Amino acid sequence: MKVAKLILAAAAAALMSGSALAQEKINVKLGVLNDRSGTYADLSGEGSVVAARMAVEDFKAADKGINVEVISADHQNKPDIGSSIARQWYDQDGVDVILDVPTSSVALAVSEITKEKNKIFINSGAGSSDLTGKACSPNTIHWTYDTWALANGTGSAMVKAGGDSWFFLTADYAFGHALERDTGAVVEKAGGKVLGNVRHPFPGQDFSSFLLQAQGSGAKVIGLANAGADTTNAIKQAAEFGIVQGGQKLAGLLTFVTDVKALGLSTAQGLVLTEAFYWDQNEGTREFSKRFAEKHGGAMPTMVQAGVYASVLHYLKAVEATKGKDAAAVMAKMKETPSDDPLFGKGQVRADGRHIHDMYLFEVKKPEESKGEWDLYKTVATIPAAEAFRPLADGGCSLVN
Amino acid sequence: MAEIFGIPAAALFGQLLLGFINGAFYATLSLGLAVIFGLLNIINFTHGAQYMMGAFVGWMLLTYLGIGYWPALILAPLIVGAIGMIIERTMISRLYKLDHLYGLLLTFGLALIIEGLFRNGYGVSGLAYAIPPQLSGGVNLGFMFLPLYRGWVVVASLVVCLATWFIIEKTRLGAYLRAATENPTLVQAFGINVPLLVTLTYGFGVALAGFAGVLAAPIYAVNPMMGSNLIIVVFAVVVIGGMGSILGAIVTGFSLGLIEGLTKVFYPEAAATVIFIIMAIVLLVKPAGLFGREA
Repeated sequence: MKVAKLILAAAAAALMSGSALAQEKINVKLGVLNDRSGTYADLSGEGSVVAARMAVEDFKAADKGINVEVISADHQNKPDIGSSIARQWYDQDGVDVILDVPTSSVALAVSEITKEKNKIFINSGAGSSDLTGKACSPNTIHWTYDTWALANGTGSAMVKAGGDSWFFLTADYAFGHALERDTGAVVEKAGGKVLGNVRHPFPGQDFSSFLLQAQGSGAKVIGLANAGADTTNAIKQAAEFGIVQGGQKLAGLLTFVTDVKALGLSTAQGLVLTEAFYWDQNEGTREFSKRFAEKHGGAMPTMVQAGVYASVLHYLKAVEATKGKDAAAVMAKMKETPSDDPLFGKGQVRADGRHIHDMYLFEVKKPEESKGEWDLYKTVATIPAAEAFRPLADGGCSLVN
Repeated sequence: MAEIFGIPAAALFGQLLLGFINGAFYATLSLGLAVIFGLLNIINFTHGAQYMMGAFVGWMLLTYLGIGYWPALILAPLIVGAIGMIIERTMISRLYKLDHLYGLLLTFGLALIIEGLFRNGYGVSGLAYAIPPQLSGGVNLGFMFLPLYRGWVVVASLVVCLATWFIIEKTRLGAYLRAATENPTLVQAFGINVPLLVTLTYGFGVALAGFAGVLAAPIYAVNPMMGSNLIIVVFAVVVIGGMGSILGAIVTGFSLGLIEGLTKVFYPEAAATVIFIIMAIVLLVKPAGLFGREA
């Protein structure tokens, strides 16, 4: 009888410890919310989903007791659509983290909802520096870039290189105005002058008239405070009107590697731009990009997609360390642990949610310098993490004491 | 230097010339729409997608077959026109007896499908298409630098527009066409194949869109969405000119280009809306459009 009791007790103990082990298995659901059909589909879109899945595989989440599911949806760059998907994901589908979200207006809306539901939002695709400024949230991290960093990188570099008078070609909506304002401030601080601006309708098609006004201003630099097809069309037409040959320089304030690829080197050559990541920087970025391209139809990752990968890695590390997915605990862990990954190197999530890392000033290669379809940039300068982003105290974020 | 309204005269001439060049695109596109509406009574919402296809076919010919700009200028409109004729035969021809709305819905749906297919296949960033070497560079006109290619766009559009007007209004073929739309049964009784005539007309209107697409490829990004951005403006042009009026489409296309060009100098923020403001005024004052006949 005693033996039987002992076996029973042992079995019960085994059962209990078994169930305790099972409880330790953490189920995490990541939602990639971005533009899958419009202007930003190439720079975020399915590529960001591929990047998120690669991060889960590379982290070997399953071996570490974390079950990760990645889902995705198209917000069509509309705040109302993005908000309703975010609510449905949090309320009904059990999503823990929303990732990517290009288009600042949608990102700001998702940030609000995430705070309300106490989940986590890691943005990679949107530009507005307000996400970690006056609209900052304890539940939001802004990973890859923002308008302040772009303005700072391209603006001060151009002034240093002698481009001390500027004329802005600005998309006539919130994002364009913000980019123009931030860049104008950087230019003036560096000792340059802003000679004028022209606000063009968004989206535009023909920029020749505005380019001619910019040419007439005699400014040394024409700053393109717009994005996507507006930027590529403006650069294409500037080449046609001989603006660069005439001695004026173009500054693409938000230009992605996919835009340069679309323009072709003969049109885009000489363009100076700021990005957080380029596939051909070092062994780590090349290795990742090669694997990414195999899974994504041969296209190299953009900085937005790279940001999704790196931020998922950082999130999963925090989940592993805290042995749970409690939003406050994971956010605290992510802010307290420095980040380190093959794509962005060493970095840090600040108190306001801004992830800081080195930014790079690139120049688009001449056609004869390029050795392949995606060989597009050469590095002009590295902007150290500490200088690349808006100082913590200047953002007006309520989380900063 | 002389100034007009505070703007140097030279700069103003430059802007007017640019407006005229944009007008050339409006004219070529709205001409195709006017031909199709005037002779077939179909509101062709696929026109923007067909314009985009023209640019893409030009790009495909170059990329996959190594066929350059000049042959593409002929081939691409033919290919796009042929696809248009297939669409007309298999789908649009079933709707002639029904209300305009059905044709509008069908062509609008087709436009969405075509754009969606191209978006899936080629992404949204756009593709590069270089200006042909013969036309790269430009001339200094004294008041502005005119890229040769833009000059060519104006010449080519003007020739095509005038030729179309001449064929439809002044030749025997054009007379058949106009007669066939007035009274198809009677014209058929004279031994003329009216359905064939109608299909060819649709194909021709679509080919005009394809032609404009190839013309646009070197200056605008070749992008699946390029047509949907333009089509609404072009419809406004057709409405202002008078639905179905060939001459109206041409004249209005060029003059609206000029007006838009001036707006870009004096109040750039309104450049996208000025055409619609004019449209509203014209509709209030002369509902049939500037050149339209009162129904």
